[in-house]
Amino acid sequence: MTTETKTPLLERVPYQTILLGVCAAIAAGLLLGVDNATREPIAQRKMEDLQVSLAQVVPNELHDNNMVAKPLLLTGADGKPLKVYQGTKVGKVTALVWETVGFGYAGEIRTIIALDPDGKILGTRVLSHKETPGLGDKIEAAKTDWITKFTGLSLGNPPEDQWKVKKDGGQFDQFSGATITPRGVVKSLREALQFFAAHKAEMLEMKP
Amino acid sequence: MSTDYKRLASDGLWDNNVVFAQGLALCPTLAVTSTATNGLGMGLATTAVLVVSNLLVSSVRNIVSPAVRIPVYITLIATLVTLVDMALNAWVHELYKVLGLFIALIVVNCAILGRAESFASKNTPLPSMFDGLMMGLGFTLALVILGGVREVLGSGTLFASASLLLGKAFSFMELTIIPGYKGFLLMILPPGGFIALGFLLASKRVWDRRKA
Repeated sequence: MTTETKTPLLERVPYQTILLGVCAAIAAGLLLGVDNATREPIAQRKMEDLQVSLAQVVPNELHDNNMVAKPLLLTGADGKPLKVYQGTKVGKVTALVWETVGFGYAGEIRTIIALDPDGKILGTRVLSHKETPGLGDKIEAAKTDWITKFTGLSLGNPPEDQWKVKKDGGQFDQFSGATITPRGVVKSLREALQFFAAHKAEMLEMKP
Repeated sequence: MSTDYKRLASDGLWDNNVVFAQGLALCPTLAVTSTATNGLGMGLATTAVLVVSNLLVSSVRNIVSPAVRIPVYITLIATLVTLVDMALNAWVHELYKVLGLFIALIVVNCAILGRAESFASKNTPLPSMFDGLMMGLGFTLALVILGGVREVLGSGTLFASASLLLGKAFSFMELTIIPGYKGFLLMILPPGGFIALGFLLASKRVWDRRKA
């Protein structure tokens, strides 16, 4: 009997090679297909998320345009491209919104900030962060009202050297057990205000 | 051979618990259990993946050579998790915003490969799915207990922000156990996770010995 000396199918190297190859091919095919199918909806969801955050910082009655449609493209203070969303009403710029990045205890804290044409803060929200849950996450609007206390302030109010947490001689509250997180947020907001002061003309220019 | 489902259930939930007995999946366990709510989210997401991955592995077990089984299982599981991640992001975006953080961590959960290897590769699909479900629920239980202990000691609350995970109807779960508590930072940071886990493991040993 020759079959007895033959290696079983599962133990043959060519079979194993082909099996692995087929598995990888199926996986790659599935990933490609689903990636293709989901790319559009995911981009759409991201746009909606952005619109939701924009609506949180810019009241609806302040603009009559679709703010997401035509962002201004500037160069940020860090040399990277920066998208600035303009809110306009009857042809006048009423709000400027962009993203500013600070560094907390555990990496980047992305914050969205909205200013009126005079540089006063209309609103600001933390978009994403990796701070310690239960301590640093008090910067989220869902957890405490800390982030809403910036509304109405500007670079002159309080004075520029007061744009710090209380521990550093400024006027903003830190959290017990978490100073680095609010410090990072306050710093990034201060930098955003300084950026506006330096690029005011550019940012207020009406896009055709 | 009939399958002893009762045995599978008690193994998964307690006797052979992924965290408390097997000591597997410690990376996601310690990383996300700073609150009970996070533990619950991670546990449920893992349970879902575990059931499906056990089903897949047990269905292909007869055509997969033992020599290449590990790469095959890893490809299966990683593909599955990535597909779930993309699909949730595109079509169930609200859920994704809550669970998205956990899903990426599931790929590195060795408990899933562990169950594929030690159970699903030797059993038929139905018991494998049941095993996945029970192991997953046991994992969830362990994460909620660990998260609860760390949360109460660390921030004085229990199930904080549960309504963000489960919906508004569950806001009754959000309790403040110790009002006006200043917080105990160590318990929330990773070392607190190790310390709490150590005490919980010891307690389980004592409990099991008393019962025996």
